Amino acid sequence: MSEAILEVRDLKKHFVVDHIGTFRRQPVTVRAVDGISFDLQAGETLGLVGESGSGKSTIAYILAGMYRPTQGRIHFRGLDLFSENGKRPLFLKKEIQIVFQDPGSSLNPRRTIAQNLAVPLQIHKPDKNIMRETLRLLELVDLPAIYMYKYPNMLSGGEKQIVAIARALATDPSFMILDEPTSALDVSVQGKVINLLMRLQSDLDLTYLFITHDLSLMRNIATRVAIMYLGKICEISKGSEFFQNPQHPYTQMLLSSIPVVSKDEEKLKPAKMIPTGEIPSPVNIPPGCSFNTRCPKKMDVCFEIDPDFVEISRQHFARCHLFGQTQKQG
Amino acid sequence: MVNKAPLLEIKNLRVHYKVYGGVLKVLDGVNLTVYPGEKVGLVGETGCGKTTTMKTALAILPVPPGVVVGGEILYKGRNLLAMSPRQLSNVRGREMTMIFQDPMAALNPVFNVEQQFTPVLKHAAKNHLSNKEIHAQAVLALQDVALADPERLLQAYPIQLSGGMRQRVCIGMALATRPQLLIADEPGTALDVTIQAQVLRLLNNLVDRLNTSIILITHSLGVVYETVDRLYVMYAGNIVEVAPTRKLFSNPLHPYSQGLMDAVPKLSGGGISQGISGRIPDYSHPPAGCRFHTRCSHVMEICRHQKPPEFEVEEGHKVACYLYGPKNQEAAV
Repeated sequence: MSEAILEVRDLKKHFVVDHIGTFRRQPVTVRAVDGISFDLQAGETLGLVGESGSGKSTIAYILAGMYRPTQGRIHFRGLDLFSENGKRPLFLKKEIQIVFQDPGSSLNPRRTIAQNLAVPLQIHKPDKNIMRETLRLLELVDLPAIYMYKYPNMLSGGEKQIVAIARALATDPSFMILDEPTSALDVSVQGKVINLLMRLQSDLDLTYLFITHDLSLMRNIATRVAIMYLGKICEISKGSEFFQNPQHPYTQMLLSSIPVVSKDEEKLKPAKMIPTGEIPSPVNIPPGCSFNTRCPKKMDVCFEIDPDFVEISRQHFARCHLFGQTQKQG
Repeated sequence: MVNKAPLLEIKNLRVHYKVYGGVLKVLDGVNLTVYPGEKVGLVGETGCGKTTTMKTALAILPVPPGVVVGGEILYKGRNLLAMSPRQLSNVRGREMTMIFQDPMAALNPVFNVEQQFTPVLKHAAKNHLSNKEIHAQAVLALQDVALADPERLLQAYPIQLSGGMRQRVCIGMALATRPQLLIADEPGTALDVTIQAQVLRLLNNLVDRLNTSIILITHSLGVVYETVDRLYVMYAGNIVEVAPTRKLFSNPLHPYSQGLMDAVPKLSGGGISQGISGRIPDYSHPPAGCRFHTRCSHVMEICRHQKPPEFEVEEGHKVACYLYGPKNQEAAV
């Protein structure tokens, strides 16, 4: 096993959205990320899957340094990403880059592609020839050099996203956060972008944190998959095992909800798990296990105690009382 | 199916948008038929004209900039495009209703649910309804869509409901008048996958129970695979292929349908295809001949000049591509 390049321990991010009570002194908080721990091995793709409001983008933004965590530690190659006093050093910013969901709004529409790509180069590689670097980047992502002089609105959605990827690569990062990079694209263009990302990963030894809500996509690219629900990871395991042997009731519900297009795929869906209920508001997360409002296998204990993260089999963790019990008895 | 008269028949529909700087020739001869009690799917990428087709069918196409250049839309044999507004309002909202993609935009935020139900039900019953009857019908409609505590919900405002509940209210409203045809434009796209599965199952069951015909418009192939009987594939303002759903998935014929099916990531693994190269054409200068020829890997000389007609390959399986034309088959032999 290769070394872990990223260690996240008990990460929490709470947002204060309102104040209530006498003199409005009591804060109302949204627990967007509520105690998350995971490791990332060098060269792997960790798929982070969850529905809207589950906190997956918040994790991305914390790792990219856009938010400070409320609590918890993040170590990147042994270095603390959020030291007590202030700013992240430049060499760490260079190593961690992010690609956003909507390329239409993440590229500056008033600048040419070359100018868009030049921004990270000016900051991180001031001593290099920027024109030559820009050309190298475009070549890296298979875009013709003429694109330098185009503006983002002259490009299709897929091409814009490819430019956004090139911009993230400008600093030669080793770790990339991909926040739903293809969900704004049509399925016929998605393949091109994904294949590009996979090729870049093997050529440049990149590690990906791939955030998405598309489990079918995850099946094809992720080394490991983590499922999030209301700010917590409820299951994490190797990709292949995850799809053949899902354990957590929420994971099963998620898998059975995916619209599929062939009979082979239908076999993989846990048929007995019919999705019910709505996702609770993250302001009012139910006590105990946060999934207890929708879980078909809920027990009394689920309403009182939040389950621990348990290793069910090798490298396969789940947060559910169904598995915790056997451990207690043993 | 064949012996029944079609409920809705769109024939050679051509719609343009007149905008600053030119004319966008969006719909280029769309043919689509729906039989009573049938579930029909319409898939295609963003900007291929799915919504324009359905908006024209409901006569809610914004004119201008939209212009219907040619074709007809027959509902039970009567041309909707030639109807007077009064005749049209007898059909639309009573016999034909629609569900939109974004339930937050479809519901008015300043009225509560009951106030939004009132005009719908009044219109359907030609105003012969007392407030009590309206209330009772609205409660029934909400029970239909499996919403708990309908009495309380009727007093709620859209902002107090979750996305799934809002879409259910929209479905309830669309089916409250017991229409014969329901047009659902991406009803699950704005929702999360577990909620989408619930909403689609509910819609499917209701439509079966009420024997309503439905046109399900979507860009997600998975959604139609599990619900509809017959599937239309649309590309750049043309129907390129139509077949019974399972047949289309097991044996797509048009190069565009094939590319689209390949591009869907499979839960069973097996990697991801490169997708279809190129992009949807510019509608102000669409390519001559087959509109797909600029992206097609099987392009022939004739494709560049002449628009392919529909060839019936098997019964009910039509494809607009010269690869399946009689001439080409002879040449292949």
